[in-house]
Amino acid sequence: MSLSRNEMQNIAHLARLEIAEEEVTAFADDLSRIIDFVEQLSQASTDDVLPMAHPLDMAQRLRADEVTETDQHQKYQQNASSVEEDLYLVPKVLE
Amino acid sequence: MHDKTISELSRSLRSGDFSSVELTTHLLDRVESLGPHLNAFVTVTGELALEQARKADQTRAAGDSGPLNGIPIAHKDLFCTDGVLTTCGSRILDNFISPYDATVVGKLKKAGAVMLAKTNMDEFAMGSSNENSCFGPVKNPWDETRVPGGSSGGSAAAVAARLLPGATGTDTGGSIRQPAALTGITGLKPTYGRVSRYGMVAFASSLDQAGTLTRSAEDAAIMLGTMAGFDPRDSTSAEKDVPDYRATLEDNLDGLRIGVPTEFFDDGLMPANKTAVEEAIRELEKLGAKISEIHLPNLGLSVPTYYVVAPAECSSNLSRFDGVRFGHRAQEYDDLTDMYKKTRGQGFGAEVKRRIMTGTYVLSAGYYDAYYLKAQKVRQLIAADYAEAFKSVDLIAGPTTPTPAFELGAKTHDPITMYLNDIYTIGANLAGLPGMSVPCGFVDGLPVGLQIVGPHFCEARLLNVAHRYQQVTDWHTRAPEMTVGGTPTA
Repeated sequence: MSLSRNEMQNIAHLARLEIAEEEVTAFADDLSRIIDFVEQLSQASTDDVLPMAHPLDMAQRLRADEVTETDQHQKYQQNASSVEEDLYLVPKVLE
Repeated sequence: MHDKTISELSRSLRSGDFSSVELTTHLLDRVESLGPHLNAFVTVTGELALEQARKADQTRAAGDSGPLNGIPIAHKDLFCTDGVLTTCGSRILDNFISPYDATVVGKLKKAGAVMLAKTNMDEFAMGSSNENSCFGPVKNPWDETRVPGGSSGGSAAAVAARLLPGATGTDTGGSIRQPAALTGITGLKPTYGRVSRYGMVAFASSLDQAGTLTRSAEDAAIMLGTMAGFDPRDSTSAEKDVPDYRATLEDNLDGLRIGVPTEFFDDGLMPANKTAVEEAIRELEKLGAKISEIHLPNLGLSVPTYYVVAPAECSSNLSRFDGVRFGHRAQEYDDLTDMYKKTRGQGFGAEVKRRIMTGTYVLSAGYYDAYYLKAQKVRQLIAADYAEAFKSVDLIAGPTTPTPAFELGAKTHDPITMYLNDIYTIGANLAGLPGMSVPCGFVDGLPVGLQIVGPHFCEARLLNVAHRYQQVTDWHTRAPEMTVGGTPTA
């Protein structure tokens, strides 16, 4: 199968990745090859097979709803590019 | 000093032959002079290491006789290290100073290990050659025109070149076992859930596992003993006791049933590799093991299954890298969406982008059932093959890789060619099984690895088999002859 430039750009948009114009075709080719490669899976007979989300038979562990962590936001916010009054700053979300 | 294993170094430290400060200084010297040549390190934490070494000398004098006390190691740059740069081999984190230690890092620190460096790796653990790092490729110390394997290439190269006696790595599709095979050292990937993933930057959450790169099975047993164990901070951590891995290293192999899958010995396996691995299996037989042929009928689908599941999980895990709370943020953008796109477009390398987009595609509306759901079902079949095999054998043995180390740039033109390097290792990740690679020979001067895989939580048995093999062979003691500017460095 062959991913069109349009489909490629749509995937990039969904993934929030900017791909340079001159690279779109190369990425589309690579992705097409990968998708062709994984197409082999359709050959496997999987009627009545349960999907495996997890390699071990485990259920999600629960714990008591108690506070166990301390507020260290100042330490963690040191890694942010833009912080003001303890808030992470981003470009305006709402018009 | 640098040729000694962790267990030998520990004995020397406890006998007072030298101090941890002396040992650390010696290795730091090698790290600083040879590290750049191999490009094995992202960050060298010299001062921190000496401080930790001084502390270790004190606690040892006060009675701490732990086997890792005062031992210099390195951590793959995928592990968060408090106050130290943690890049994951990526531009998008090239300014990220971690505010906390990963559980694995904390445990090794508490045991007195000394952190000398953070090692170079394929970006976000995606790669089989360590050519995908934003810091440039790592070189194989056995032949610097060749790759060391990946994604734990930096850790493997550093241990193989005798810059350090041990390093941590991670294995999602083979990223510990494959570089161990290509650099002639011992690599261990534990059972999924055996070692905590807290603080280990996530690539594919249902496949990732932390492990060890060392020069012997005994050293791997020492490191695993400290690293393993339940961690309440990791929701997928197994609530299982950690056995004393060293206590059973010398166990007899009489009657041990080892299965050799015919599917591992296909046309893709280079004849010289095949010969070395077959010879290794004969050695195991001489040690008392019973060898038989087994089948893993769905093995051929393991690589395609992985390249649906892993990218899908990575597309989700890497969505946190958006420039808002940490890491690189683009300087110029029009709006929030543009900020995300430019930040991620600038921050991620090509392979990472390919995998995020593959994952996005297979999870998208209209394709989810055909690809992702299908892959999860095939994963069940693959895991069932191994479970079936373990009804009649105790362990599985075969090659780790189809060829020895390939040349830098040889496989970067086509992603699929690169992906097929993991053909023998991926199954263990899909099924959550523990696996090891041990050196078993050479092909034209390049190391070859023997892989052993076992049922869930049988690390003690794997280490035992590897140790017994290393008692009757000496492949694991061979060191590369390295030269810097024409001068031998041994």
